[in-house]
Order: sequence, then structure tokens, then C-alpha cells
Amino acid sequence: MVLGKRVRIRAKGKIFEGIAMPSFTGNFVLKLDSGYNVGFKEYELLEVFEESLPKTEIKKLEKKDGLPNVKIISTGGTIASKIDYRTGAVTSQFTAEEIVSEVPEIAEICNIDAELLFNILSENMKPKNWIELAKRVYNALKSYDGVIITHGTDTMHYSSAALSFILSTPKPVVFVGAQRSSDRPSSDAAMNLLCAAKAAISDVGEVTVCVHATTSDDYCFLHRGVKVRKNHTSRRDAFQSINARPIAKIDYPSLNVEWLSWRLKRNERPLDCKAKLEEKVALIKFYPGLSAEIMEFFHSKGYRGFVVEGTGLGHVSTDWVETVKRIAEDSVIVMTSQCLWGRVCDRVYDTGRYLLKAGVIEGEDMLPEVALVKLMWLLGNYDLEEAKKLVKQNLVGEIEYRSSY
Amino acid sequence: MMYSKLGLKVGVEIHQQLDTKHKLFCRCPTKPGKDEKEFHRYLRLKRSEIGEEDKAAREEVERSRKFIYKYCDTTCLVEADEEPPAEVNVEALKIAVQIAKMLNMELVDEVHVMRKIVIDGSNTTGFQRTALIAFDGYIEVDERKIGIATLCLEEEACRKIEDGEGYAVYSLDRLGIPLVEISTKPEIDSPQLAKKVAAKIGMILRSTGKVKRGIGTIRQDINVSIADGARVEIKGVQELEILDKVVENEVVRQLKLLEIRNELLKRSAHVFDDIFDVTDVFSNSKSQIVKGKIVKAILLKGFGGIVGKEIQPKRRLGTEFADIAKNFGLKGIIHTDELPAYGISDEEVKKLKELLKAEENDAIVIAAGSSERVDRALRRIIERAKYCLKGVPEETRKANEDGTTSYLRPLPGAARMYPETDVPPVTLEGLEVEIPELIEDRAKRYSKDLPFDLAWEVADSPYWNLYEEYSKLLQPTVVAKVLYSIPAQLKREGIDVSQLGEEQFRKVLNAIYDGRIAKEGAEEALKILAKDPRAEISFVAVNVDEIIEKIVESKKDLIAEKGEAAFKPLMGLVMKEVRGKVDGKIVAEKLLSAIRKVINK
Ligand SMILES: [Zn+2]
Repeated sequence: MVLGKRVRIRAKGKIFEGIAMPSFTGNFVLKLDSGYNVGFKEYELLEVFEESLPKTEIKKLEKKDGLPNVKIISTGGTIASKIDYRTGAVTSQFTAEEIVSEVPEIAEICNIDAELLFNILSENMKPKNWIELAKRVYNALKSYDGVIITHGTDTMHYSSAALSFILSTPKPVVFVGAQRSSDRPSSDAAMNLLCAAKAAISDVGEVTVCVHATTSDDYCFLHRGVKVRKNHTSRRDAFQSINARPIAKIDYPSLNVEWLSWRLKRNERPLDCKAKLEEKVALIKFYPGLSAEIMEFFHSKGYRGFVVEGTGLGHVSTDWVETVKRIAEDSVIVMTSQCLWGRVCDRVYDTGRYLLKAGVIEGEDMLPEVALVKLMWLLGNYDLEEAKKLVKQNLVGEIEYRSSY
Repeated sequence: MMYSKLGLKVGVEIHQQLDTKHKLFCRCPTKPGKDEKEFHRYLRLKRSEIGEEDKAAREEVERSRKFIYKYCDTTCLVEADEEPPAEVNVEALKIAVQIAKMLNMELVDEVHVMRKIVIDGSNTTGFQRTALIAFDGYIEVDERKIGIATLCLEEEACRKIEDGEGYAVYSLDRLGIPLVEISTKPEIDSPQLAKKVAAKIGMILRSTGKVKRGIGTIRQDINVSIADGARVEIKGVQELEILDKVVENEVVRQLKLLEIRNELLKRSAHVFDDIFDVTDVFSNSKSQIVKGKIVKAILLKGFGGIVGKEIQPKRRLGTEFADIAKNFGLKGIIHTDELPAYGISDEEVKKLKELLKAEENDAIVIAAGSSERVDRALRRIIERAKYCLKGVPEETRKANEDGTTSYLRPLPGAARMYPETDVPPVTLEGLEVEIPELIEDRAKRYSKDLPFDLAWEVADSPYWNLYEEYSKLLQPTVVAKVLYSIPAQLKREGIDVSQLGEEQFRKVLNAIYDGRIAKEGAEEALKILAKDPRAEISFVAVNVDEIIEKIVESKKDLIAEKGEAAFKPLMGLVMKEVRGKVDGKIVAEKLLSAIRKVINK
């Protein structure tokens, strides 16, 4: 194999030297000494050079007295990855040394230890990963002053919701992600990580998400883990608190913290972990014409928890009522709204009233994804009747009883 | 100067914006916009990736600043680095391939877009997207083959609006406009040849009819070196006219630096590493430059008189040091070769020299500003001064309007490039392009009907296709006047002709063809259209005979008195009414016969 090796080839009647690169099109891709990659269809391999690469050494990290200790757990994503300009490969060992060498300012804020827990894409996260992550965080919280979790952004708000319910934490647990991978100079990773580090040593006892608040590198928001949602495919400020104010604003580069809403403070709750989840819970988005058969299907597969993302104030078609009634007898059905903003209220129109009568529970101002995770957790740890009661009660800030402007 | 004896080697790099409908990686137009809102960012180069040898990157990081970006409705989230890029613009790719073929180059089979790290803020991403399209071509100039090394297709950077202390302001409207970068091999051996090569490439580029024109749409960079000297990259020569002068001045600069080296070695000159705080010396100074600021100094042993030595017209060695200081956000430096001046007194200079224990033959450089900036700048100036003992440093310089150059930054190390994974590779197979006629060939063709200079201007004009069309219907000289001579003349007269375009030229040419205006009316018509591009050009048809009859009748006495000599004043009166509407020659014939009729009566 010549891949990654220095070679000399003849192509188009000319001699080229460079490094043989991986190709996905069947052409031969060569990285020239000028840095450019070029692809040739036909070529003649003249010589392969063997060379040993210099190894870069990273200095051992020394802990500073008097600084808080923070554990960083990586679940994948690219918050601290390194690019090899020679081959273009992005690598991440995720050691504390590596993080500090990439974002040196973090060493002024806290002493860090790092751990690579998973290396999976955010879209491949499963409830069993949430459980494993929660247990790891639970252990870290026994000895560290705060925990940071780096996470791919796609499903970060599901994970933050899961840990919010699973963990009772007296210390900050801060999820952080990046919308621009850290291999580019414009990445939002470093700023997000620094703000997260500040959040991790601050006076908070909750599971939170810390990311860019605007398109500028001016400040991050610290969002409540059960009130936040990714609302843009690509922007830095994709995450927004919905039906709640963010907990805090963390200014950059000063890292000054400004509290914006109520919060659970450090040491306000005891450390606890209820790490069971019932995975047979479905989230169903209603749309005009969708038949209630979809519920029947899930029910027949043993699902006993349903979150419906209804229209407007929380509706599905009236021809769902009979099915809903039947299924509600041995299941929990929670109504949320695909409007996302605002509270579900099924007492205004007839359809809503029929649904309530049939056994639907109003999900208040909960986000559909949060209601889903909450129901998984409730059905994993409580019996059906208890779960029905608790699902409409605020447990960790997922429901605000007052809708503010 | 005998350039060949000096071992002069020049390479030219041309950057030309393409006139495509959309930008290279998004669907935004390639037109300027009006800045409305702004956001700001910082860029970060990973420390682990800055090799000790890579001075350019190190200097940029040390100067790490806040970058403010202005955006508007002609830019989108791609320019703001808030959305992944779209696929490569095929229109731009085709133009690049067309140009490559005109430069006799070989194409790669598959184009890979790369990210070239640039962290001066000119790209929101911190890198420039660029792709190598073709290699190994040539052009012929003065019957010599000059090699073309590479042609790259890349995105244009942001337009810089302001350079402040600790920040820079950029506009996003220019970011992402497609650009071809054409590099010759360093085979050019005289300033004149460099200019000719650049002119020839420019002509080839314009021959496609698909490149942007006007200020800032083409930039020439040049690499210059002489034997014993060093390779110096000169960025941003905007005017082709001064390209030879820039090369000449660079040769002079390198020669002077070599002279300086010899002189310094003779004097056993030495540069100290110490930076002295001399704030106290100037605490009561009358000079605004140093008063109330932190002032630091360095001692250049044996440099007396040399820091003030001219190395390019109106630029001294000290100016090179000042360029460095400016790069670190300072106003400049002051050196003892130019003191006393700027309100700094003899007394202060004496104190300064005493403090640093400077002797007659020594020079002192001082800088004022924030302590950290001054330290950084002076540290870099010490490094530069030490190099005076070695010769000419390799570096990147910026072309000034007067043909001189200023220090910009150290020569970049090997470009830090990695694949743009958001853009898939593109195959060039099956991409059909036509090779357009060269402007120079077109000009030769037109010169059968037009004087050569005019033929060239018309052939090089964006409206040459109108000439092709109308020169079959009208006299070629008339068409050339409408398309080139008259607008050029109006422009010289200070009339804004920016509104004149294909539509306006067609209006005038059609009106002449239809006989609605005489060819003499073209100037008048273009004047009207320059002011109001939507105006209808159709001068009211006049009855020349009637007008002549009326005027001749009313001036009977004059004719009786002066005879045929009355023609001149009467011609004036008639033309006043029919100018631009009737051919003057016809008017003259008719008027003369009418006068003769009266006389004969
Ligand atoms: Zn755009």
C-alpha cells in the first residue's frame, strides 16, 4: 500500500512527487508539496519513498493549586481534534494535555482531567449511551467540582434532557458542542469550551448546555438542559431556550457571568442517580391525514408511553379519539405541540376536550423531545399511575407554570 | 542596469476575478452590496500546529485581533461561515478550464478543493478555498516561451474597510467571488519582460469576455530575486503600468541592502537583544509622539547613518523598521539618524544616548505605545536589524502606489492546506469549453478598417461584439466612434459615462442606421443617454430645406452685401437648428446652393 506514503508518479506526461492520499472516486489522489491535492485517472507509479515522521511531543500537564477541578468527558464530536496538514486526517486523542495545548486559556480557569467515553456520532446516540454517560458523570461528580460533556450538537438536547432526569446533581454538569469543527480557525469550539469551563466552576447545581448565543464570538448562553433545543441546522447560535430564559449569559473573552433566570444552586440538591429508562416510548408527530393506526402499531409492539406532537394548542384529528381512548387504558399519552413555543391547552376547542376525556395528558409547555425522555425515565422508574401523575409535574425545570414574555 | 548579470529572476502571479453570475461556493451575486449589519469573530491557530520555523503564522497569531464583518442582502450564511459551502460553481470551473487551455496547460483529471489557512481575518473561515485546475503551460512573449506553472481556482477574500488597533473591519460582499490565480515559472529576467508577460496574460484573460474589469478586479503579485539577494514576494500590484518599476525598485533595494551589509561588516556592527525602557527620558517631551506614552529603545551598534540610508525612492532602512512597528499596531518608530525632529529635543536625544551608552557610530530605535505591543515590535525589529548583517531577508512585501514596496510579513512557510471535506471532488472529464479569439487577433482583424490603436481599443472593449454586428451595417469608423472614441472623449470632459452600456450603444447605433439621427448626432445622443440611460433617441425629423429657405430669406441683405462670404455666418445659424439631426456635409451643400441662387437673382 502506498497510501500516506511519499511517491513519485508520471501523469499527463509529467513527473509529480507528493503523498498518496485516500480517494473515494477511484482516481489516484496526490498531495503535492505545494499542499494541493489533485486527482489523476491514469498514472504510472515510479517510486515509493520510505520516510519516518517526526513525532510531536506534548508537555505533561501540571495541576495548579487553588484552581477548581473539572472533568471533561467526551462522547465524540470534534471539540478538540487536530488536523494533520500532511494527510488531512483529523485525529483526537482527547487527553487533557491535548485540550490544554489547543485551548491554553482553559488552564487558567480550572485543572482538567479528560476522558474519552464514546467516539460516536451524535445521531447514533442511544438511550443506553445516556445511561452509561450518566453513570460516568455521577462518579465524576463525587470528586470533581464540575463536569463538562463534549457532545455532537444534533442530539445534544436529548442527552442533556436525559441526564437532567437521571441525575440529581449538586454541581454543574455542562454539555458543550460546536457547530464548526475545531479543525478550522473560525471554530466556535474553543469559545464554547472556555465558557463551559467557567460554567462548570460556577454556582449552579443543574444539567446545562453551554453554546454560542449569537453569530458573533461575543457571549454564550447557559441553557437549562430540559428547556433547550437545536433550532438551526448550521448556525453557531442554533441552540435556543424555548418557553424559558437561559440560566446565564457568559461573556467572551472576559467570561463574566450574568444570571438571567432562576436556577438550582451548587449543593442545593444531594447527588443521586436513577439510571433506568423504558425505551418503548414513541414520539409521534401528527400531520393532516395521519391515521391513528400508527399508535395502534406501536401499542401492539408493547409501547406504553406516547408523546404526541400535536398541532396548535395540542390537537390531533378527531378520528383519533376512539383509538386514543382504548390505548390510554394501559398507557401514558402526553400531548405536546409542534409549535414548540407556548403551552398546550386542550380545553379551548371540542377536539381538545374529547382528547382529554379519552385520557390524554397535557404536556404543559414541555418540548416534545423532553417529554419523550421524561416519559422514558418515568416509566423506567415508576409504575404507570405514578408516571401519569408525575409527567405533568415539574421535576427539574422542564415545566414552567407561568408563561412569560 | 544589466539585469542578466545580476541574476534577476522574476515570477508573476496574476489574480483575476471572474464575472460569473454566482459566487464560487454559494448562490450570491458577485456584485458589491451596501453594508448594513455586522458581527465579529476571533480566529485561532492551534499552537501545536505552528512550527517554530513558520514565522508568518507566528506573527499573525501574536497579532491576533478582533475581526468585524459587515454583511448585507447580497451575502448569505455561507460567507458568514454559518452554512456549509455549496458545490463548486460550474460556470467558474468552465472559465478556469477555458483559460487553462488558452495558456497551453494540462488539466488535472479531478479537482480537489483545499482549505489554505489564512488567519488575518480576510476569510471568515480562517482559510481560503482553493483548487489546482491545471499545470505546466506556456505563453509566448517576444518570441520567447515563458512557462506557466499552475492555475488555481479560488475564492476571493473579504474587502478590508478599516485597520484599527486590535481590530480590523471587513466587508463580506467580495468574499467568495471566483478568482483564477495564474503563476508563471520564475523564468523572467528583466522588469520589461515581467510587464509584458503580465500584459499578455491579462489580454488572454480579457479575451474570454468572462472576467471582471475595473479597479481591484485584477491583482499582480511578483516574486523577485537576484543572485546574493533573496526571494521576495510582492503583493498587490494594482496597476500594470508600474509593474516594471516595482521590479526595478526591488532590485535596487536588494542591492542597497547588500551594500549596507558590507558597510556594517566593515564597521563590525552589532545588534543587542536588550529592550530599554526610556519612558523617563521623554516624560516632559514636547513631542506628541512620545509624550505620556511608554517609550522603549534598542541599540544598534555601528548602525549610525545607516538607518537613515535610502534603499528605495523616499524609503530608508528605518522605514523598513517602521513597517514592522505598524504591523504590530504602532504608529511607527523613530531613529537617531533623523533626530532631533518631531518635537524631540537635542537634550532628549543626548539623554537617550547616554542612557543606552550609545557612541558616535551607533543608532538607536525607539517606539511608543502600549508596553506589550512595543516589546513585540522591538523584538521583531531586533531580529530584522540582525539580518542587515547577513543580507536580504526573504519576506512578503506590499506594493505601494508609487512603485516602492513596504514590509508586510515574513515569507509564509509551506502552505498549511488540508482538504475541504464539505465540497466533493469534481471531475473535469466531459467539460466542454470553446477557445475564444484572442483580443490581439481580433485587433489585427479590425485594423483592416480602423487605425491600429482604435482597432485594439474596440477589440479589447466589452462591446466588441456590437462592433462585429454593426460594422456590417454602418461604416466601421462610425461604430468605433460610438463604442469607444466618443465615450472616451466624454469621460475626459468629466462626464459620467458609467451608465452607458450595451443597451445605450444599441439605441444610438440603431438610430443612425434607421436615419433618425445623423452620424454627427451620436455625441449628442450619448450625452443624453449618459445622463438618462432610458431616454429615447429619436431626434425630430427636420425639414432642412425649409429651415435653409427661411434663414436665407431673412438674411437677404447680408448675402447681397457679402456674397458667398455670407456662407460661414449662415452655416452657423442653420447648424444651430439642425445639429446632430442632419449630416453637416449635406447642410453645407444645400446652403451654398441656396446662397448662390439668391446671388444669381
Ligand atoms: Zn452567499
